[in-house]
Amino acid sequence: MTSPGLMRGRILAIDGELAILRGERGDARVHARPGWRPGDLVEGEAVVRAFSGGDYPAPATEVARLPRRRLALLQARAVAVAALRRFFAERDFLEVETPLLVPSPGLELHLDAVAAGAGYLITSPEYQMKRLLAAGLERIYQVCKCFRAGEHGVHHAGEFTMVEWYRGFAGLDAIVRDTEELVAAVVRAVAGGPEAGPDAAPVARVAGRSIDVSPPWPRMTVRDAMRTWAGVEVIGDEPAPDLVAAVRAAGIAVADGTAWDDAFFAGFVARVDPALAALDRPVILEDWPAPLAALARRKPDDPRTALRFEAYVGGIELANAFGELTDPVEQRARFVHDQAARRERGRAVYPIDDKLIAALAEGLPPSAGIALGFDRLVMLATGAAAIDDVLAFATAEL
Amino acid sequence: MYDTSDIRKGLKVLMDGNPWTIIEFQFVKPGKGAAFTRTVFKNLLNGKTKEMNIRSGEKLEPANVDTRDMQFLYKEAGDLVFMDQSNYEQVSISAEMVGKAADLMKDNLPCTVLFFNERAIDVTLPTFVFLEVTASEPGVRGDTSGNVQKPATVETGATVGVPLFIRVGDTIKIDTRTHEYVERVAK
Repeated sequence: MTSPGLMRGRILAIDGELAILRGERGDARVHARPGWRPGDLVEGEAVVRAFSGGDYPAPATEVARLPRRRLALLQARAVAVAALRRFFAERDFLEVETPLLVPSPGLELHLDAVAAGAGYLITSPEYQMKRLLAAGLERIYQVCKCFRAGEHGVHHAGEFTMVEWYRGFAGLDAIVRDTEELVAAVVRAVAGGPEAGPDAAPVARVAGRSIDVSPPWPRMTVRDAMRTWAGVEVIGDEPAPDLVAAVRAAGIAVADGTAWDDAFFAGFVARVDPALAALDRPVILEDWPAPLAALARRKPDDPRTALRFEAYVGGIELANAFGELTDPVEQRARFVHDQAARRERGRAVYPIDDKLIAALAEGLPPSAGIALGFDRLVMLATGAAAIDDVLAFATAEL
Repeated sequence: MYDTSDIRKGLKVLMDGNPWTIIEFQFVKPGKGAAFTRTVFKNLLNGKTKEMNIRSGEKLEPANVDTRDMQFLYKEAGDLVFMDQSNYEQVSISAEMVGKAADLMKDNLPCTVLFFNERAIDVTLPTFVFLEVTASEPGVRGDTSGNVQKPATVETGATVGVPLFIRVGDTIKIDTRTHEYVERVAK
């Protein structure tokens, strides 16, 4: 029997003072001893625990040690990203990489970018990916880091991984299908071991509950959700004070002078979020009222409604999709409006991305696209309770 | 002033003239909506709790509180008297404000006393205290399976659940956060 701290195995390689041993339970690095040669069967002092969950000793220092659970989650994360790339390859999507450092970060009222050098780190790769769409790439996806200042919580990290994909000449329904199938494929790859069998339902885990993510997912409009769970009738073009009154009448506290979007979210967060969290199936929440359109096109037959949906799994907001706004004039008007709103609220005002507007003017095909929080997907597939658990290192650990 | 990025457990803030400590918080940000921190505060004077949503950009006023390491001296007419060993200064807190923790305080126990505007308002005990059992029925022989417990009274007057093998005269270790028995201590 080996003593604590020791590992037995065959030497795969020696690199200076370290040797890599292959033991019964996996590979590990150990401190090399004089005279060791590759191929020898030896016993050595382990530097790092074997990766495959073996029973080797943890490193002695607090800095080097990571909880075993974390190592297992990082392995699951790697399985998830491999499944994701396979998924897109099978559907003829081209993987692209757009810059993370840009002059104009996402211009949204409630998103703060991290300044870097002469520009900003992206809050999403949306603008550059749309330029690629306009340039003629029809099906593209990207897995990249995004940065959002001041966001840290159970489901938020200031630096996180986004999966974003677009389909030219397609509508939101195609994106709904992609989302359902992608989530099912990743959950199956991570959670379904050989014992689960190929026909087992993909099951995500949230707060100890199981959520069957088999496609197709139930769909619900935002107005129905607000009416059913919050008792608030949302029209979409009513003046803010009317919505404030409706939210108040439902028994939810909102201050006088509250903006339309803040009144909406007061009701949404108080009543709809908890209801979504209690569902045992994912839900596609669609048809967002126009004031929350962001970069979505309005419905041609209903200008009070935007072509936008969000996917919720176990109450976790996993993805946000748009039928893309392709009109350069309306796009510029929305940016100018967002800039003014940020200025009014005393927040940093970011420059408008003129090259995006120019690309829209050149002609963006009718397109739909979506941004999905990859870390949250890994949480769902593994049952991890906090986003920090599925990151190699949380901010607080740096 | 604190802003939402300062929010953490144990942060002491002043609201409505009262000192509060944060006991829970959660960052919330709906898709395209404004971020806020759902925060649960506990009133340090009366122990009442309340939940509030603090929006990003809103400010919280720091409460003028500080802590001092002091020694518990004795109980006197509903008050607990503590002494600062560095300058022999004494302060008293009503036992009512300290609550259940007062039942585990033995003379000379080192404690951390919380002051608000220079007035002592609360006390934190060491995580574990060691107290002698002064009364407990003998355990019923044979009934030792599982987690069976019986009540025992300790020297400070508190009653805690203990395993059946504990006898009068034993010293036991108690977790002051939960008032639960931890283990018997060898004499």
